[in-house]
Amino acid sequence: MPESPILKVSDLKVTFATRQGPLRAVDGLSFEVAPKEVVGIVGESGSGKSVSMYSMLGLVRDANVSITGSVKFNGREILGLTDREMQPIRGGEIGMIFQDPMTALTPVYTVGWQIIEQLRAHTTMTKVQARERAIELLAEVGIPDPRTRVDNYPHEFSGGMRQRVVIAMALSCNPKLLIADEPTTALDVTTQAQILDLMSKLQETYNSSIVIITHDMGVIAEMAHRVVVMYAGRPAEIGNEIDVVRHPRHPYTWGLLGAVPRVESRNDRLATIPGNAVSPLDIPEGCAFADRCAYRMDICTKRPQLQGDHGHLDACWLTDEQRVSIRSKATP
Amino acid sequence: MGALLVLIFVALICLCAPLYASDWAHVNAFSSNINGRFFIDGHWRSLLQANTQGLGLGVSPVGPTWHLNNYFLGADSQGRDVFARLLYGGRDSLLIGTASALICVLLATISGLAAGYFGGVIDWIVSRLLDITWAFPVYLLAISLSVILVTSGFSVGPVHIQAGSLLLPIIIIALIYVPYVARPLRGIVMTLKEREFIQAAIGSGASDWRILRKEILPNVAPSIIVFFPLMVAFNMLTESALSFLGVGVQPPNASWGTIINDGLNLLYSRPWVAMAPGLMIVITAGALNLLGDGFRDAFDPKAKLRGSI
Amino acid sequence: MFSFTLRRALSALLVLFAISIAVFLIFFATPGVDPAARIAGRSASPATLAHVRAAFGLNRPIFIRYLLMMDHLFIKRDLTSYVNVGLKVVPQVLKAAPITLALVSGAAVIWLTVGIFGGIVAAANRGKFIDPLVMFIGIAAVSVPAYWLGEVVNLITQSRLHSSVFSWVPSGGYVSLTQNPFEWALHLLFPWLTLAALYAGIYARVLRAELVNAMNEDYVRTARAKGLSERRILIRHALRCSLISIVSLFGLDFGALIGGAALLTEVVFGLPGVGMLTYTALQNLDLPVIMACVLYGSFFVVLANAVVDVLYAFLDPRVRVA
Repeated sequence: MPESPILKVSDLKVTFATRQGPLRAVDGLSFEVAPKEVVGIVGESGSGKSVSMYSMLGLVRDANVSITGSVKFNGREILGLTDREMQPIRGGEIGMIFQDPMTALTPVYTVGWQIIEQLRAHTTMTKVQARERAIELLAEVGIPDPRTRVDNYPHEFSGGMRQRVVIAMALSCNPKLLIADEPTTALDVTTQAQILDLMSKLQETYNSSIVIITHDMGVIAEMAHRVVVMYAGRPAEIGNEIDVVRHPRHPYTWGLLGAVPRVESRNDRLATIPGNAVSPLDIPEGCAFADRCAYRMDICTKRPQLQGDHGHLDACWLTDEQRVSIRSKATP
Repeated sequence: MGALLVLIFVALICLCAPLYASDWAHVNAFSSNINGRFFIDGHWRSLLQANTQGLGLGVSPVGPTWHLNNYFLGADSQGRDVFARLLYGGRDSLLIGTASALICVLLATISGLAAGYFGGVIDWIVSRLLDITWAFPVYLLAISLSVILVTSGFSVGPVHIQAGSLLLPIIIIALIYVPYVARPLRGIVMTLKEREFIQAAIGSGASDWRILRKEILPNVAPSIIVFFPLMVAFNMLTESALSFLGVGVQPPNASWGTIINDGLNLLYSRPWVAMAPGLMIVITAGALNLLGDGFRDAFDPKAKLRGSI
Repeated sequence: MFSFTLRRALSALLVLFAISIAVFLIFFATPGVDPAARIAGRSASPATLAHVRAAFGLNRPIFIRYLLMMDHLFIKRDLTSYVNVGLKVVPQVLKAAPITLALVSGAAVIWLTVGIFGGIVAAANRGKFIDPLVMFIGIAAVSVPAYWLGEVVNLITQSRLHSSVFSWVPSGGYVSLTQNPFEWALHLLFPWLTLAALYAGIYARVLRAELVNAMNEDYVRTARAKGLSERRILIRHALRCSLISIVSLFGLDFGALIGGAALLTEVVFGLPGVGMLTYTALQNLDLPVIMACVLYGSFFVVLANAVVDVLYAFLDPRVRVA
């Protein structure tokens, strides 16, 4: 009997009212995160992956937004809670890491002060205890000489170090769920690998689940147990990482995987997905990917629903036989 | 926008000042008229009437009649029509404000662009000049220059400016505010210079003059447009302060500042003489500020999101 | 920090030097003005004039004249007023300074409190009624001529409503703090309010704009994700970062005001501070006094600029390495 999921998102829809009409940033996203599981949400910029997570936590402060659906954290509905009700959850039970470490920390306070602030907001630690804990955390994320560096300002750290500080801060209250929004995009490749390693290690230590948002399939392959592929605010494919990477079903996923440079590949050029990402203002009634899809059929004017088996779902009209024939034609 | 309409209205009526004075109210706004009389309620009355209140000493000019063609706001201590003087004064105040703002912005653009674009020695010289001008407390500099020049005129070599000329306040006020505009412009030009499209233009061999004209100037233009109404407002306020102190506009010319000065003695008995020009300044400067804000919001795409006024 | 402060102090001295030269040139080297008569005093005898010419080297090259003038002003300190012959200039300025200080400090306390409070309220209630109201008041405040507002205040308190609501308002002038603290405050009350009104509007507007900017920054989003209360985020994070520009603005304004920019308010309310001294001197073309006042004012402006720069480095750790 599987444990109940830490996070259960059902039919999440986030719409912005703009002068040019309704902007559907997220259009019917549903997925689950089990305890101690790493779920990767992957897609291009504008696919709605970040917005979905922000709106879940109430971090979207635009007055013109409407959020519908259901998000259950530990069985409790958190969509629609007031700020005051959310505050213990934010930072206390759900930690968040943002994309750009250079601007994520308040420049006028030391990193120690900022970690202590979070600790004292959610626990009853004294200042002295919190300071010790902050130093511990910095050591855990691999900051050298933490006892001195706890009194340094954010601008005194390099990008990679700063991201570690942000991770330390997010984990400080032992959250059950960690959401990481493109945590390595702003870092160089070597640092990326280090940060991902760190996150895996910490996940083991703290027993937390992670939702990692990224546009990089390489990160998915490295870290995720399960994958959610998003396009134009809609889920395109959901499944275990092995299934999705080895046996992808949605043409968009094929494009994403084709775009990953592989060392042993014989191709000289990276495959790109033709066309541009669809604008969230112009999402067609039918399948959102149809315009860019090489395998478009007549039926694609009707929006496909997520369907599949054994936990591997896709939103595509292609049948298994059609896929097999496409695959055999493509393989040289 | 509303601010623009207010401004146009104010400008128009002030420009009509001579028309109003000669055709409508039949007054001479400038010559002393102590023994003059005016026609009201079927009688000819003196403009300066004996005091009945207080100690009953001396004479006071007549108060507002609230008739548009007949000493609308009353008379001042020289028997002159306050409203007519108000309109003439507006003409001068607006003229000085706008002219000095033009000169100021022009000089600031040249120096800011030169310093920001060419850098090096030019930048150093221009920046130091700006620093010194600005370090001098602004009002004190204006006052100092005005004291010396306004009473004795300015004649150096071929340049002769008479003592009472309006040109003096215009130039002085323009000069002292140049650093205020030049420094931000210089900053903008310096940031622009680092951007790719400028680097590309330089790399493609375009001449400096061409780059300045076609690439930099259009990008600095929005800031200049935003600054201009703000500077007109600033300069008007400074001019009125200088005139109030007696070192701005000299008689027989009138500006809103000089009228306020005139009205001081009458403040408690005939407050409108001093109040009216002040109100006009507030309205005009306020409209100018709103206009400047409006320009800034129009040019800054992020401002809309913040919902500022 | 120390080398930064040192460098800043040096450049301040340089600027002061340049200003003294500029002042000298304006007042004593402009064609058409006879400096000797102006320095010697009204109705000075020919013998005195000759003495002055010698003492100030008025027949000698211009830079000797400059040096002698500075000598008389600062070292010998025996420069006397043109109008009040024999009255030394420097002590006059020093006597007037505390009055200006009292006026400006009191007003500063009021305008900072009102301005900051107004800015926070407007930013926190962005879009609701109170926001444009605060902004409108801000624009009105900037558009009002200082002296006119003072006159209007006088009109209301001295004349129109003097017998009824404002009978307790004194008619101007200054009572020293040591003499009678209550009267001191009473005499300064309306000058404080008038001066503060003008600046409070500006500060509220600037702070609101800065706060709104700050609330859209990434670090505020992080703070929110940490589970902090909105109020804490506004005050401890956004405000703390916005205050930096308010502090610089304040430093510059305070310096300028102490230096005599409050002259219009002083004149209108009859307070014998440095501004009033400058004003009277200007009316009489009392060059020695004018020069002393201008130099005094410039000194404070330059000092304030330097202090602000150092303070800025203290408040914003990122600047220190620059």
